[in-house]
Amino acid sequence: MATTVAPNQPAAKVSKAASEIDERLIVAGPLRRTLNKVFPDHWSFLLGEIALYSFVILLLSGTYLTFFFDASMAEVEYDGLYAPLRGVEMSQAYESTLALSFDVRGGLLIRQIHHWAALLFVASIVVHLLRIFFTGAFRKPRETNWGIGVVLLVLALLMGVTGYSMPDDLLSGTGLRIISAILLSIPVIGTWAHWAVFDGDYVGDAIIGRFYIVHVLILPAIILALIAVHLLLLIKQKHTQFPGPGRTEHNVVGNRLFPAFAGKATALFFIVFGLCAALGGLVQINPIWLWGPYNPAQVSAGSQPDWYIGFLDGSTRLMPGWDINLPGDYTIPALFWPTVVVAGAMFTVLALYPQIERKLTGDTASHHLLQRPRDVPVRTSVGAMALTFYGVLWMSGGNDLIADKFDISLNAMTWVGRIGMVVLPPIAYMLTYRICLGLQRHDREVLEHGIETGVIRRLPSGEFIEVHQPLGPVDEHGHGQLTYGGAPVPKRMNQVGGARRAVKGFFKPIESPADVELESRREPRGLAAAESDEHVGSGRPSDGGRPQDPRD
Amino acid sequence: MSTHDRAGSGPADEPGPLHGGPDDDYTPEQLAGMDREELNRLGARYDGVEVLHVDPPPAPGSALEKQASRQVAGAFGIAGLFGIAFFVVYAGSGWFLPSWQWASEDNGWSALYTPALGLTMGGALIFIGVGLVLFVKKLLPHETAVQDKHDGSHFDRTTTAATLMGGLDKTGFPRRKMIGRSLGFAGGAMGLMLIAPLGGLIKNPNKGNPLGTTEWAEGVRLVRDDGSPIRPGDQEPGSLETVFPAVPGGNRAADAATMLIRLRPEQMAVLEPREGQADFGYGDYVAYSKICTHAGCPVSLYEQETSRILCPCHQSQFDVTQGAKPVFGPASRSLPELPITLDDEGYFVARSDYIEAVGPTYWNRERI
Repeated sequence: MATTVAPNQPAAKVSKAASEIDERLIVAGPLRRTLNKVFPDHWSFLLGEIALYSFVILLLSGTYLTFFFDASMAEVEYDGLYAPLRGVEMSQAYESTLALSFDVRGGLLIRQIHHWAALLFVASIVVHLLRIFFTGAFRKPRETNWGIGVVLLVLALLMGVTGYSMPDDLLSGTGLRIISAILLSIPVIGTWAHWAVFDGDYVGDAIIGRFYIVHVLILPAIILALIAVHLLLLIKQKHTQFPGPGRTEHNVVGNRLFPAFAGKATALFFIVFGLCAALGGLVQINPIWLWGPYNPAQVSAGSQPDWYIGFLDGSTRLMPGWDINLPGDYTIPALFWPTVVVAGAMFTVLALYPQIERKLTGDTASHHLLQRPRDVPVRTSVGAMALTFYGVLWMSGGNDLIADKFDISLNAMTWVGRIGMVVLPPIAYMLTYRICLGLQRHDREVLEHGIETGVIRRLPSGEFIEVHQPLGPVDEHGHGQLTYGGAPVPKRMNQVGGARRAVKGFFKPIESPADVELESRREPRGLAAAESDEHVGSGRPSDGGRPQDPRD
Repeated sequence: MSTHDRAGSGPADEPGPLHGGPDDDYTPEQLAGMDREELNRLGARYDGVEVLHVDPPPAPGSALEKQASRQVAGAFGIAGLFGIAFFVVYAGSGWFLPSWQWASEDNGWSALYTPALGLTMGGALIFIGVGLVLFVKKLLPHETAVQDKHDGSHFDRTTTAATLMGGLDKTGFPRRKMIGRSLGFAGGAMGLMLIAPLGGLIKNPNKGNPLGTTEWAEGVRLVRDDGSPIRPGDQEPGSLETVFPAVPGGNRAADAATMLIRLRPEQMAVLEPREGQADFGYGDYVAYSKICTHAGCPVSLYEQETSRILCPCHQSQFDVTQGAKPVFGPASRSLPELPITLDDEGYFVARSDYIEAVGPTYWNRERI
């Protein structure tokens, strides 16, 4: 409103500067479109943002760490601040990791923030993926973005593996040894692949330097590019939303980016960052000085990878030693199946799931409204089955710890995993299917008979009935006529205004009760409104929404 | 030059007839007559956004607003205090606070330093976030807006296809097949050329048989990590010792680590060495590779009651009385046995290298 403000006011100066900028860059139009973009309001749509913010934290903290980390495998004698390791021979990679933990002011904090943010990064990607899966947000037109998301998950795992292999402590060295064995296990090209990656036999002196450049340049660049495409597609295709009043396949209902959504998103960034910082300082993670330098002849019992690799460790533990011997003295090692094949198959099926479901259901339409998991029982049950399978593998990755803590035989734990991996997923499928149907029926029951009020009424005949509150108009039998629309059905009286709105204030009311009363009359809800308006009450008070007998 | 002249000689330099948009519909005067809210709604409308409903924030000056403002300002204030506390801890340690540098006998300030940094940094950031959440929830109007969503437009598809196909037609590639083919050939060659340098990574794993050999050889002593040789009788029956070849770097070699096990008499009674390897041990001593045949981890947990060696990585178990045969878990092959004997001075030496490849299985292991 430059015209209404005197020219020497600060507001006028800002307005003039903005005009100057727009005359050069022509950004006012795109900026307004961006500020006006509507974001649907649901907590589960923020899960992907947590992944994005963790990645930002990883970039910041990781860049700091590169100032001090030296990815060299040359042997040096430790002479730093950590007394117990002084005089020990170790690689420069390990030595520099110790140095940035002990000799750099605040370095340990940043290293631990980096590690915690990495765990959070993968975890939030997985939870985000589950949300997308169970609500059907991957359906046309979003199959591409689903595929990009799966690729990002795989890259995040590779980031994790290359990252925790670099300090060259005893734990990471053990992981590296297993990576080497997995590479060797690939049929036909295994030894060639190993020689290409490790520059020779295990362990050589190249691998940490190579992992370093992959970890700090190649993978982050690809991830950054894919995140950009992921977000551009999201903006282009707009958000999905849950069904609800006024929400259709052709609109998005929610808050505009500015200021409400921007405020919430910024708040989430700070909270995620703060959580990583607090964890990084308060909760020790990967204390490499306790593991000691890598030595091929040593390993500590109970060695565990980071959580996201646990499922592969588990599948490897459960696999029986079934080498396949081929004519000509060639062998397909048993290790190949639970690592390369299981991981490859899992991520391939995951990436192709939208196409698979499309083929099976024949549903080729575009969908922008989400589904409640209960309304798609087959998909939900398939998801539960896959999660159970994953869960058994993941648990088996720590079966030695479980055996130790609960005093169970280790071999029994292995058999629990082997049998559970086969038996539990179908059980999970059946259970989930029944639960989905049960929830569906309950929704319909409430729509037909109304909400259970908890009010028991005795009829003149002596019969006791529970009074039901219909959600809408009822027919002559007292049955509701609302149909299910894919949106949550209220199940409690308070959700339909059964309770008065509380007057705000902790020690003393800071609102005038009269205003609150007025407000609740204006938007009829609660007892006050019900008392003043007959129609909001029960449809047929005389029989209290009693279930009809016989049912029709 | 000529274009410049023509532009200059034409009528006034005005926007072309295809220029247009909202500026044609709304004159500056019309816009000046609207208030800020009207302009906001107008712009939103233009972007396909309709603001359906606004829950107003608490009234200015009301008790509700004052309370909410106090909460938001309080959160930001706490964030600032945490930020300053972080700086004080970070910069003050070793200056007016005790040193931050950790020492193993110190459980005071240096042990609290990193937790204090995390607490203050985390507190500062989280309280900024909390303040923002409170602000959005309690002080901003709650707006319900609805934006139209368009699936692709038929007009766009048709016109873009025409532009593309028209351009392609002009190139004449569909007709001039030779150019297309030669371009395809050149493109393929470029691709091949660009990935060729990756060939530098490829090395031949079969040269010199590195996978099938270790540092062990005839007459190489079995020594401990500190380099001391071992005689029979140094170990108690039932014990295990990790030994290395007495060559430079032998104790750091990836595949040479070996377990020298002295069997108890009852284990000797049931000892069944692998076929043709009955004489690999020496007396009640046997030596097995420490590198697991499954994934290469060092197998290190020896349970002498059951004669089993357990790999802590994937729980493969090997029975030392049966030639270190795998008896449980994912491993499929026995741990290779090192043939040992005594040298002239009575110390253990290897009689040769392992007769098979140690470590994990791979495609052509049997052929090495």
